[in-house]
Amino acid sequence: MAESRAAGAAGEEGAATRGAAASDNGFAIEAHDLTRRFGKFTAVDHVTLEIPRAHIYGFLGPNGSGKSTTIRMLCGLLTPTEGRIRVLGLEVPRDAEALRRKIGYMTQKFSLWDDMTVAENLHFIARIFTLDSARARRRIGEVTEEFHLKELSNRLAGTLSGGQRQRLALAAATLHEPELLMLDEPTSAVDPQSRRDFWESLFALAARGTTVLVSTHYMDEAERCHRLAILSRGKLVAEGPPEKLMDELPLHVIEVQSHDTEGAREVLRGLPQVKSQAQLGLRLHALIDRAASDPAKLVRDALRGASVSAEVNAVRANLEDVFVAATLGTSRD
Amino acid sequence: MKSVYAFFTRIAAIAGKEFRQLRRDRLTGAMIVGIPLMQILIFGYGINMDVRHLRAAVADNARTSASRALIADLEAGQVVRFVQTVPGAPELRELLAEGKISAGLYIPPDFERRRLDGDRPIAQLMIDGSAPGVADPLRALMNLPPLERSGIRPALQRTLPGGQRTLEVLTEYNPERRTPVQIVPALIGVILSMTMVIFTAVSLVRERERGNLELLITTPVRSVELMIGKLAPYVVVGLIQTTIILITGVLLFDVPINGNVVQLYLGATLFIAATLALGLVISTLVQTQFQAMQLGFLTLLPSILLSGFLFPFDGMPVAVQWIAQGLPLTHFNDIVRGVILRGADLSQLLPSVTKLSVFLVCAVSLAALRFRKRLG
Repeated sequence: MAESRAAGAAGEEGAATRGAAASDNGFAIEAHDLTRRFGKFTAVDHVTLEIPRAHIYGFLGPNGSGKSTTIRMLCGLLTPTEGRIRVLGLEVPRDAEALRRKIGYMTQKFSLWDDMTVAENLHFIARIFTLDSARARRRIGEVTEEFHLKELSNRLAGTLSGGQRQRLALAAATLHEPELLMLDEPTSAVDPQSRRDFWESLFALAARGTTVLVSTHYMDEAERCHRLAILSRGKLVAEGPPEKLMDELPLHVIEVQSHDTEGAREVLRGLPQVKSQAQLGLRLHALIDRAASDPAKLVRDALRGASVSAEVNAVRANLEDVFVAATLGTSRD
Repeated sequence: MKSVYAFFTRIAAIAGKEFRQLRRDRLTGAMIVGIPLMQILIFGYGINMDVRHLRAAVADNARTSASRALIADLEAGQVVRFVQTVPGAPELRELLAEGKISAGLYIPPDFERRRLDGDRPIAQLMIDGSAPGVADPLRALMNLPPLERSGIRPALQRTLPGGQRTLEVLTEYNPERRTPVQIVPALIGVILSMTMVIFTAVSLVRERERGNLELLITTPVRSVELMIGKLAPYVVVGLIQTTIILITGVLLFDVPINGNVVQLYLGATLFIAATLALGLVISTLVQTQFQAMQLGFLTLLPSILLSGFLFPFDGMPVAVQWIAQGLPLTHFNDIVRGVILRGADLSQLLPSVTKLSVFLVCAVSLAALRFRKRLG
């Protein structure tokens, strides 16, 4: 799937990608033992990553898990305390300046200029990246079209809605046709429809050969990624394609449906085999030790013993279960 | 070649952006015009200060014991301090034009005869009328108790009865000794200092606070390009303010512009750029706009007090003079008085021009070096 995407990349960008890919084992980003400390606080703790080209690679983690710090180190904005980074074949932070032309970066906070219009912002970015005037005109036309900014061209960026701003930010980040796009929680201030459209755009970019690194704390977004790294307290706690992570979860997932969710929770809390439980509406998801031979029966018997009426089923793990399981070791509240 | 093109393209991009933002900012636009206009009207009226130890030169063409006594007496009064001896009056005029001295004492060859005849002034004191606070104390010298120490007072008193002057005083450049003539040119520098430093001091932190900087530093723009690009638009703003002050000065206060206007603008450009660069350095030191304002104003007071705007430079202790040497305003005041009032040529003011240029280059370099394209 990933290979076909990479092969589908066309034009000079695609050729460049393939050429560099040959010398880089196909990885857009390689990081080894990446560590960043701020005083005594370790924000990122020996993270090792290999991010393949033309993939959408997700960083999933709660606030403060080290997602932003990792991204900032990968694009050379922060100097790692320890570890080695290679991005697009360049040593970072040593070659950070050379890397700037090849990457697009979208910050968590809207970082274009509020007091300039959409068109002025795009023109400014084009000039800063020294696109020649013909290419600038072509690219501004293209991104204006692609991100539906035509009718907003003369609006001040400060007057745009969250979704519109985000489209503008992505347009600006992709204006110079970067090989790698780093997006730091791009959808945190955006409505669901805009988020869906945004992800459509990301898939289109990946299909053209762009590697996309995106951090999020939304499960549904994480599930859309080709590959995923789950970060917790600065540590990489799980890594792989979301499907695989869900299939290979080393715990049983038992779903409990009951009108007496409080009672059910109480019962589950008393079972030593239950590693964690989370409530989703009227349903409870309990993560149970692999050692238990028939976990559904275990839960069912326990509930019956406490005379809590409930429907109990073994279910397939969803990404939230994976996330909870992965972060069990590092954060327990 | 390509990198040179990229260099200027990116500077132009930053400068263009700043211009655009400035144009949108109506209040700041109004302040660009309003502040200098208000200041010049408020401060356009005079301040006089008592002074001592003004630098002076002497051309003693008499070379008699009485002429030496005259020099000693003038110096003993502590208003002037003779730092140089020159052959004649033209040299004194030149030193005055260059701003190296505030007064020149010319003792004519027939000094002894004038002294004995007693019907003409015995010597001439040329005064630089362009510097504030200098002319008045010097003019007081003409009523000098005649030559006490030299022991020739009886003779003088006999020959110069009834308040007749010992010295003839010739005020150069500002014969009517109107304070606005001195104050208005100096106000150019003070007003520019007030507005320029703050413009650039807040410019980088404002972008940091608004989050723009995190984007900007991931682009290929280089620190020095960013600095020059941020500085350039405000040079134009500064020149607009200079023009407003000059026009007001000429129309309202009859300030004569004796020198070359193009040279005046060249000097102003240099000063404005140097002051903006100082603001950029401040901007790289602070984290918030509030801190930037505080530090910006911190530079303002020394500039006003030490640059020779209010107090003559020569009256200050040596240590303070050193500090004053580090302020762009000190050198600009020198240039602006030289060109506007004394009709001096920039080539005559080369030391000040050089110091301003050095300051500019150092400040821009420092700002560019201090500004890391890193977050940490």
